[in-house]
Amino acid sequence: MASALRIAQSLDPSTSPTSVSRAELSEIDASTKAPALFFLISSVLWLLAGTAFALISSFKMHTPEFLGDYEWLTFGRVRTAHLNTVIYGWSVNAAFAVAFWLMARLSRSVLRHPTLLFVAGAFWNIGVSIGIFGILRGDSTSIEWLEMPSYVTPLLFVAYALIGAWAIITFRFGKSKHIYVSQWYILAALFWFPWLYSIAQIMMIFEPARGTVQALVNWWFAHNILGLWFTPIGLAAVYYFLPKVLGKPIHSYYLSVLGFWSLAFFYNWAGVHHLIGGPVPAWVLSAGIAASFMMVVPVIVTSINHHMTMVGSFSALKYSPTLRFIVFGAVSYTLTSLQGSSMAIRSWSEVTHFTHYTIGHAHWGMYAFFTMVMFGSIYYIMPRLMLKEWPSAALISTHFWATSIGIIIYVAALSIGGVLQGLALNDVENYPVFMDIVELTKKYLLSRSYAGILITVGHLAFAVNFAWMLIAPRAKSSTAPTLFRNPSSMVITR
Amino acid sequence: MNRAPLIFLGVFLALAFSWTGIVLTNQVAYGNLTPIYDDAEEKIFPEATPGVAQRGQLVYQDLGCIYCHTQQVRRLGYGSDIERGWGERQSVPRDYIREKRVLLGTMRTGPDLRNIGARQADSTWHLLHLYDPQITSQGSVMPPYRFLFEMRKIVGEASPDAMNLPSSYVDGTPLPPHSVPTEGYELVPTERAKSLVAYLINLKDTYAYPETFNVFPEEEAEAEQSEAPAEEGH
Repeated sequence: MASALRIAQSLDPSTSPTSVSRAELSEIDASTKAPALFFLISSVLWLLAGTAFALISSFKMHTPEFLGDYEWLTFGRVRTAHLNTVIYGWSVNAAFAVAFWLMARLSRSVLRHPTLLFVAGAFWNIGVSIGIFGILRGDSTSIEWLEMPSYVTPLLFVAYALIGAWAIITFRFGKSKHIYVSQWYILAALFWFPWLYSIAQIMMIFEPARGTVQALVNWWFAHNILGLWFTPIGLAAVYYFLPKVLGKPIHSYYLSVLGFWSLAFFYNWAGVHHLIGGPVPAWVLSAGIAASFMMVVPVIVTSINHHMTMVGSFSALKYSPTLRFIVFGAVSYTLTSLQGSSMAIRSWSEVTHFTHYTIGHAHWGMYAFFTMVMFGSIYYIMPRLMLKEWPSAALISTHFWATSIGIIIYVAALSIGGVLQGLALNDVENYPVFMDIVELTKKYLLSRSYAGILITVGHLAFAVNFAWMLIAPRAKSSTAPTLFRNPSSMVITR
Repeated sequence: MNRAPLIFLGVFLALAFSWTGIVLTNQVAYGNLTPIYDDAEEKIFPEATPGVAQRGQLVYQDLGCIYCHTQQVRRLGYGSDIERGWGERQSVPRDYIREKRVLLGTMRTGPDLRNIGARQADSTWHLLHLYDPQITSQGSVMPPYRFLFEMRKIVGEASPDAMNLPSSYVDGTPLPPHSVPTEGYELVPTERAKSLVAYLINLKDTYAYPETFNVFPEEEAEAEQSEAPAEEGH
């Protein structure tokens, strides 16, 4: 136990100011500046594009005549453009930036070969741009989460391979002897993604499997890209920033290890619950349902670990923007994961499957968890790259409240609407006419659009603050961090 | 202490586990399902998809119909797919083996389309529905696909494909003037519209494969229960 405690302490990033000189840290940060900024600027631009696509598709769902004459913006395309923009544009760019910034810091390695990352970033963003353009002009594959046409696959793959190679080099030449749990998550995610992506490309597009085997591959891929790519990166960030901002170690080393391995072994079977009731072998579904239930283990373990780290420090939420976004994300992770497990229950899936409830769940995970964690990370990373503070605390505050209230309304509206829709779909006696069910959902779809407007306001506040920070001159004297309010007694560890 | 290799091994095994279980096992188990030859009908099922319908599937894919329409019928007793008339029986893997891309879908903003050809075989209805869904289904949130149609000047004889639009919707409101052809003009579906409709009409799983006969566990369970007391009586 004593040795475990020692390891835990040495692994804790918040002890770094004593074991690693601050000079070394700022040297590492400085070396990441150019590539990290490149990925972050790309991600913010994609976020704005994705938000625009989102609003258009949301309005179309209750007012189908809205922009109805433009083939390029028909619902099926603009909705797909939204998904691919926010996933491969915003989320992946942000994830790359956060992942390699963390990797460099945690490996105690100055970022080597930044050219590799620039080339990778260029390939990735050109690939995604062509992909979105392809979707809008009608080349979508109609495979969920893999809609980008096959002609961009090589570009994305090259980009990915370069980033993976870079991460291994950085890790290999790092000075740190210990591997912190965030690094576990990042390395695993970097390894899992190309495997998932290449198998899915081969078995669905280049040499398609016969019949519904395709559907199994589809959901094995699509759910794992959430569980084995975005979730690990998001958790890596939470595991780093939570103790970092609070200035105390993570609650339990053992729980973080248990959480990691249970996630690794259970999550990857869970995806097939998207096919419950479908024309695929029943045993696969049963296995997927079992794995979905088992996901309760890593989720509870991880949330206990995060919560116990937070205990006693909740007042810090009043001050630190990073902490507020990260904690919002961590709590959402717990809730949306438990919701996900429950959605695999056959009798509950019978109601919620095929309804807006699933869309609500997807946004709870990708937005309320992952995106909020990325926002929090960016609020921490940017001042260290730019060596200046965020220009406006009011804009950060607007960003937080607009997006958090927005996403809560969003999820609530689609969850309620989705359940009512599902119950009606299964109730032929009272709802024999399909159009009555459509009518039933309209007001919830409208509420979702209002929530979307609120979220858009938050994104604009974020983007303005971000751009302002890029162009604002550096303060001559040293500055205090931009916080929601200035603490009188409390010192925030930077 | 360098535990990196150990972590890497674990990370590899974790995904290898489901890759083997979900992907490889099933590819081996039923990735080579073959069509069935029916002696009585002297035909192979599922039947080959006509070329025009295959082209229609590409239109279906490029417009993203899958995001609101599923193509899978769940069994009797699970959901109400069959009660709604979306199919006579549950969908089985063999139904899909001819399709280059399987479009099961995950969303039912609109109804399931697996057997749309069986319940609505009228191509005129489909064309009107695509042109302006409010004509056939007022209140629908389906987008209009007017860009699949061409408003053109009648040169010589009118086209046999020319659409006959009603003057008003079901509730009596007239159609918007810009969607009705004016004097001397006609509205005709493009090739894409026609092939999409051909695809929709071709969507029907009416053939009963051997594996479709044994898919109602509830009925079996009921049958067993009703037999049980009789055995006790002996």
